[in-house]
Amino acid sequence: MVSGRISRRALLGGTAAIAISAAACSGTSTPSATPKTLSVGATLEPPTLDPTMSDAASIPQLLLYNVYETLVKLDSDGNIKPLLAVRWDVSSDNTSYTFTLQQGAKFASGTAVDAAAVVAGIQRMRTSASATIKSQLAPIAEVSAQDSSTVVVTLSQPSNAWLYSMTSTAGMIVDPATTDMATKPMGSGPFAFSTWTKGDSITLAKNTKYWGTPGRFDTVTFRYYVDPNAMITAMLSGDLDIISNLQAPQSLSQFADTAKYTVVEGTTTGKVTMGFNHSSPALAQLKVRQAICYAIDRKALLNTVWAGHGQLIGSHAAPTEPYYEDLSSTYPFDPAKAKALLAEAGVANLALRLRVPVTKYATDSATFVQSQLKDVGITVTIEQLDFSRWLTEVFTNGDYDMTIVAHVEPRDLVKWADPKYYWHYNNPQLQALVKEADAGSSDDYERLMKQASELLAEDAAADWLFLLPNLVVTTSAVTGVGQNATSLSFDLTTIASQ
Amino acid sequence: MNSGRTVAVRLLVFAASLFVASIAIFLVVNALPGDVATAILGFGADPASIADLRARLGLDRPLLVRYFAWAGNMLTGNLGRSYLTSESVTALVAPRIGVTAWLVVISMLIAPLVALPLGMLAAMKRRSWQGATASTVSQIGLSIPAFYAGILLVIVFAVTLRWLPANGYTELVDATGRWRPVSFVQHLVLPVLSLVIVQSSVLTRYVRSAFIEVLSEDYFRTARAVGWTRWRALWRHGVRNAAISVVTVIGLQLATLLVGAIVVEQVFRIPGLGTALLSAVANRDLIVVQGIVMVLVFAVLVINLLTDLSYLLIDPRLRGRDAR
Repeated sequence: MVSGRISRRALLGGTAAIAISAAACSGTSTPSATPKTLSVGATLEPPTLDPTMSDAASIPQLLLYNVYETLVKLDSDGNIKPLLAVRWDVSSDNTSYTFTLQQGAKFASGTAVDAAAVVAGIQRMRTSASATIKSQLAPIAEVSAQDSSTVVVTLSQPSNAWLYSMTSTAGMIVDPATTDMATKPMGSGPFAFSTWTKGDSITLAKNTKYWGTPGRFDTVTFRYYVDPNAMITAMLSGDLDIISNLQAPQSLSQFADTAKYTVVEGTTTGKVTMGFNHSSPALAQLKVRQAICYAIDRKALLNTVWAGHGQLIGSHAAPTEPYYEDLSSTYPFDPAKAKALLAEAGVANLALRLRVPVTKYATDSATFVQSQLKDVGITVTIEQLDFSRWLTEVFTNGDYDMTIVAHVEPRDLVKWADPKYYWHYNNPQLQALVKEADAGSSDDYERLMKQASELLAEDAAADWLFLLPNLVVTTSAVTGVGQNATSLSFDLTTIASQ
Repeated sequence: MNSGRTVAVRLLVFAASLFVASIAIFLVVNALPGDVATAILGFGADPASIADLRARLGLDRPLLVRYFAWAGNMLTGNLGRSYLTSESVTALVAPRIGVTAWLVVISMLIAPLVALPLGMLAAMKRRSWQGATASTVSQIGLSIPAFYAGILLVIVFAVTLRWLPANGYTELVDATGRWRPVSFVQHLVLPVLSLVIVQSSVLTRYVRSAFIEVLSEDYFRTARAVGWTRWRALWRHGVRNAAISVVTVIGLQLATLLVGAIVVEQVFRIPGLGTALLSAVANRDLIVVQGIVMVLVFAVLVINLLTDLSYLLIDPRLRGRDAR
């Protein structure tokens, strides 16, 4: 039932920034028969490599589709495509999925990816310590191997979200021989885990036994830059070839020289959401929430906070999600209307606490929101919390009035159907829509989820400030970086370098 | 015997400080808001799996039990196991110590080499333009924070001139056992330089005032009266006398240098103790936080101990004082 998953790291950094470089640091000795190397810089280093232990988005960014493969994967338009499964057949009641496996697929260890291994892989994920993965796989009633290349998954009830979550972390097929997922991940992807220098980088090496199109690089190194400016200077000094998803869009002008750099701009699924605590008496009133939405000029906010890059969305949906439609004009900027609504609601001298995690988009947006709400007579007190504290106090204990966080997980609108989730949004109509959508046909899914999205927008369930852009800067040598980030993976399989 | 007693007292104070520090660190770290199990499991974790993980990590035990388990292990050099990856904290921290130590030790060796001549010049020629220039230079160096100096250095030497890498770190001997001295030095030049600018400036001020004091002492005048040159008198009597206060400052500076290194590690993306500490705090991997802070405190206490003991070597008068 639950498909959307928000990752704590993902929330913190937005979709993590990535940079790629041809390995050479200026002056380092490189042998003449240079192995083809690629250096991928990212913002946040994974706390562990075990996705069953931690929800960090940095884990799928590194491992999904690169080291671990899934039965099905998401393509650059957000559609489900075959990977380890060449095809899948769904029973007429939508509860039984028969996957036909890719012939000859092997793990990097040389073991075949046969039905037994896939069954073991799915079972491993079902016993995950991560409650998120557990709940994503909850619809599964039984997994069995029909023969060596056919796997049958039976669901206890039909679920559109389930197949979708099989394209993500929950669907990773781990080599059965793996003993230490935290530091030695083993999968069947075009790259295999090689080394991890803590606090610096993680290196993947080409999987020479890969069953499909071989990886185009001998080694790929993910380098981690906590400070976005350090990544930019590394790029400018020639240490890097690509910065994917620039976390400081104001610095884009530094890469204006088209002879040297190419800038690619697309979308992510990172919805910067100003959430309301619906159990706070003032915010439980529709008119107050609407007033807040009218009071904020989101276009100006986007210009100020993210240098105008990104787009306005108006609900909990991104363009690469199938049920997206532009709802950004539901509450156009209208301070007079905001004041009128507050008066109608009988609310005067409203004071609200805006508690945000310390991350650039959130703290910058908070300041902007504070000044605009002041103009309509709402006093906002901003409090900045480090992410762990935010997680405990705001997310777990619900001690807040408003907060700002980017929900980066694709197709996570379903979170609104959970009244226990930190917004405490309890709308039976929405819950019914989401449930019906999950169980229905794919046409039903799209139609009903669209209704759910519209309902959220009209109900001003939150103020969706903007959608984070996917901002990629590359040197002319690198090609094939996806324009839109549809999944949490930094997919290396399409990238090439001259 | 007397200097023996001094050493014994110092060692006792050292051990007691370490013990008190371990309690303080444990209490402060455990009072941090936020919970490691929540931090690990993240969003959508139900209370049952959080409680389960807490029990698995031993976090459900009383504070006192946890303290003694941690402190007891520490006596054998075992800093515990990371909550996140179950790796040994000692194994996690050891390579980081090496990285930060390179940064701090090299900076601390270079800083006096700059500060001593500059400070002496500033003292001897304090009424002429050379002295004034030396003073001004150190004053400017003093007012630039290390991280800002770092950013400026990167812009000039990495971005504009492209002489040196902007950031990163190379082990002297890499994972494959290959020696990489050139890359190692290239990566350290800018971070060390940004630390040295600040450190040597501070030190220059102290060297200057220590020597000015020496210049007005009776023994200095006597030495001059018997025909020694200014520089020879200064070298023979001045250096040793000035050394006491300079060594004290170097000891204190080493401690601030460790903290400065944490910031500089961030600017230059160097995987040292500071980087490890910040990421452990962010993940609420408290046992790693405790381990690293303990290592830092240990280093500072050792530096203080060595500073105290070095007085005995430098100044014979201190050795005899207790005998009276």
